[in-house]
Amino acid sequence: MHADPIGVLTGAHFIDGDHACSEGAIAAGCRFVAGYPITPSTEVVERIADRFPFVGGVFIQMEDEIASSIAIQGAVWGGKKAMTVTSGPGFSLMMEHIGLAAMTETPCVFVDVQRAGPSTGLPTMPAQGDMMQARWGSHGDYQIIAIAPNSPQECFDLTIHAFNLSERYRVPVMMMMDECVGHMIERVVIPAAEKIEVHNRKVYEGPKENYLPFEAGRDLVPMMVKAGDGYRIHVTGLTHDEKGYPNMSVSAQGKLVQRLMDKIRLHADDIIKYEEENIEGADIVVVTYGITSRTAIPAIEQARAKGLKVGHLRLIVCWPFPEKRIRELAGRVKSIVVPELNMGQMVYEVERCAAGKCNIVSVPHAGGTVHQPKDILAAIEKSIRGK
Amino acid sequence: MPEELYEIEANIPANPIEEYLRMDRMPHIWCPGCGIGTTVNCFVRALQTSGLDLDKVAMVSGIGCTGRVAGYMNLDSFHTTHGRAIPFATGLKLANPELKVVVYSGDGDLTAIGGNHFIHAARRNMDITVILINNMIYGMTGGQVAPTTPVGATASTTPHGNFEETFNLPFLAESCGAVYVARWTAHHVRHLTKSIKEALAKKGFSFIEILAPCPTLYSRRNKLGDGLDQMEFYRDHSQIKNGADTKTVALEFQGDIVVGKFVDKERPTYLQAMNQHYQKKFGDRYVPSEEMRKVFHA
Repeated sequence: MHADPIGVLTGAHFIDGDHACSEGAIAAGCRFVAGYPITPSTEVVERIADRFPFVGGVFIQMEDEIASSIAIQGAVWGGKKAMTVTSGPGFSLMMEHIGLAAMTETPCVFVDVQRAGPSTGLPTMPAQGDMMQARWGSHGDYQIIAIAPNSPQECFDLTIHAFNLSERYRVPVMMMMDECVGHMIERVVIPAAEKIEVHNRKVYEGPKENYLPFEAGRDLVPMMVKAGDGYRIHVTGLTHDEKGYPNMSVSAQGKLVQRLMDKIRLHADDIIKYEEENIEGADIVVVTYGITSRTAIPAIEQARAKGLKVGHLRLIVCWPFPEKRIRELAGRVKSIVVPELNMGQMVYEVERCAAGKCNIVSVPHAGGTVHQPKDILAAIEKSIRGK
Repeated sequence: MPEELYEIEANIPANPIEEYLRMDRMPHIWCPGCGIGTTVNCFVRALQTSGLDLDKVAMVSGIGCTGRVAGYMNLDSFHTTHGRAIPFATGLKLANPELKVVVYSGDGDLTAIGGNHFIHAARRNMDITVILINNMIYGMTGGQVAPTTPVGATASTTPHGNFEETFNLPFLAESCGAVYVARWTAHHVRHLTKSIKEALAKKGFSFIEILAPCPTLYSRRNKLGDGLDQMEFYRDHSQIKNGADTKTVALEFQGDIVVGKFVDKERPTYLQAMNQHYQKKFGDRYVPSEEMRKVFHA
């Protein structure tokens, strides 16, 4: 399907990542946004609030992030595509409803424009400290998808992608932006509506009798109906059976949680997205995501100028993690260097997949600004010293 | 028994409200003497005469004993997280204003963990009906103190008696902007049924508090007898005062209970205000959603 032209501002724009994210959501068909002000994400909802009266959307500023993160789910069951937008402290409050969305298979998008934490931290300054929280923040076992854009253009493109993945797999999708990407102003090209691919959830329209709203076919993703369609569905955060009814048995829990995991795991190859440069013949691979992918480029260029064989792998989808590719690379390179605007988070995944097959060097940074390329360069050089 | 009579009897549903319930989920979890089931009966009777298309009625519950009501109703029903039924209902209503959205939940759920959502939905005059069952404690978790536990009552987390001031819920709802506020008990089935019907027909934030016995975890611990004793207490100690000033209707431990319809007024609802505002501001440039157009711009 193609985007509804009513929401699409086709043309070249000079806007920041936050505003590009808003435009991406509108182009993707998002027509309900609930949010609560928090720096550095607020510009996303400000633009939405400005634009929505003209595109058939409803924006509401809720009383807190807890309310925002569940109001969107009410709207999704009312038939809309919906998202909420926040930063670290608000993201912490939303964890409850990331779990609810995962459990009830409610497609929705959570945008986290990351700032430095913990707690109130550095409200106006960048970090990438919520990467593990995105994956593991709510209690229990579940899978989500998380995406890290590195430019305003990607904030537009990947917000559409986030909605598409969310609709396809009925899973909460996180847009893991950061303050730099959110506030960076660059050229953003919005294509014509008919060039924008938009996916919608599979809708059940069959007989009402014996309808099982949580019965999944081979793709493990159940078809959806909405409130008011006459199917009289029941949706609960309790462990439930295919009918949606609470079922407190060990077997129902095992079956449901396994499917929630598998519907992402088994489609991981379709979901995973990364970009590689100079990987063939590399001795060293720098693994990056978000804004750090851009601060790593001068370091990689300088290292290559010094004769080091350095490649670059940029994660675009961070969760699910490209386990196979990292495992494969670890078997043939000398080292993997992982700069992140946190004290080391995704590097744990790299280490796990590398399983001791090569040297792993973390380049931590507590946030507040971006890495100095010279620090990444030093880590690249150090990573193969003595090997 | 003659055979034909037997057949006739077999055709009579076991319970006249059966078709409104998910009978495949019975038996329910509520204890003998619990008042929640009685309120559900009243709710169904109100629905029956409301003229509403049941396919367009959605129920949202939070967590707790009353939180289970959504799961037993044969409606589109959502059993959400603890305290968050109101913001879920808000999203659902804004997405599809054609729906009649009812929140049915308990006192702890709606006024402790969900208190912030409650006051803001009332302030906005959000177009939802909130039915709150007040059993004065947290039932499902074992009878802990709630914002509604009377001073002097004993709860599992106030084993030496409660000394915290309680919420006067009708006053809270009115002062935050609810346009319909009533209180009844599980004893007042006819008044309650009529009141629910009115609340369902009301535009904006309508609120009914229903006192209901929890014999297992409130009455027993406070030596108030069983469910029947509580119902008798409601009968003997309730005074119907329609239009009473909500400031005067606070509850006290085993004190008199003022019941009635306290507030029934008009004020623009959230959806009316939003649609009117954008219409006035932008005229034809305002593009309401398709569902919004059906309800507000027909």
